[in-house]
Amino acid sequence: MGMNIKINGEDKEMASGLSVAELLEELQIRPARVVVERNRAIVARDASTQLAEGDTLEIVHFVGGG
Amino acid sequence: MEDWLEVAGKKYRSRLIVGTGKYKDFDETKRAIEVSGAEIVTVAVRRVNITDPNKENLLDYLDPKKYTILPNTAGCYNAEDAVRTCRLAREAGVGKLVKLEVIGDDKTLFPDVPATLEAAKILVKEGFDVLPYITDDPITAKKLEDIGCKAVMPLAAPIGSGLGIRNPYNIRIILEQANVPVIVDAGVGTASDAALAMEMGCHGVLMNTAIAGAKDPILMAEAMRLGIEAGRKAFRAGRIAKKLYATASSPLEGILN
Repeated sequence: MGMNIKINGEDKEMASGLSVAELLEELQIRPARVVVERNRAIVARDASTQLAEGDTLEIVHFVGGG
Repeated sequence: MEDWLEVAGKKYRSRLIVGTGKYKDFDETKRAIEVSGAEIVTVAVRRVNITDPNKENLLDYLDPKKYTILPNTAGCYNAEDAVRTCRLAREAGVGKLVKLEVIGDDKTLFPDVPATLEAAKILVKEGFDVLPYITDDPITAKKLEDIGCKAVMPLAAPIGSGLGIRNPYNIRIILEQANVPVIVDAGVGTASDAALAMEMGCHGVLMNTAIAGAKDPILMAEAMRLGIEAGRKAFRAGRIAKKLYATASSPLEGILN
């Protein structure tokens, strides 16, 4: 069983019941270097945040800028 | 004599603040910043490219223990987006200093002043140390200071234009009335522009394109460091008054006749 979530504007099907920590691992993203927002609220980048069907995620980091 | 730039309770030796955009790669970014002597560097907040396996990160090249990271809200066109961006930036764990810019129009990149004021109020209330990018308007500068911003950052000229300080008179008025650092942000083109800002008594200069867009960014980074230092020293030394007529440098006594 999968769940449909939106990550950085892209529709993705991921395994149900994934935590944010597991999602980042799956995407090969280092948790220390990013910030995660779920449905417009900032969430912890660990196993305590469980994802659900229909969630919209933003995973951001710092890039070059003035 | 020690001469520090103090921003939000922290002292810096360098009065040059640099951006990290538009460089060829992270290595060039790192080298240019090292040569510039800057201790505060701006960064932007953007989505991670989730399909790109190349996971190199800007912070791998810029040690947050060595540099004060100043996240910006570039690309935000309203207060809500700017506040959201600042909250995300703070969550990254590099501190509470933010460069607030709420853009009003993509051709000039001039700030939307009412939206900037609105965002500044919220951010100050939430405990951020806010450094707002503004037009060279003394009234706006005063209002932002009253809100509790830790500096005001009037533009010299449009972002990336390289035109230098287009309205030195307004900057002078802002300087006269400000009780927080005045940091010229945007529009600097070359070292003399930076030196001029310093000679006028500005507390700092923030630039990105002038260095990153130069043919040799590393050499320009050095030129900017020297321009800032020369201008600051000239300001502290106190320049001579301008006069219409000559004043002889050599003594008049003892001239042969």
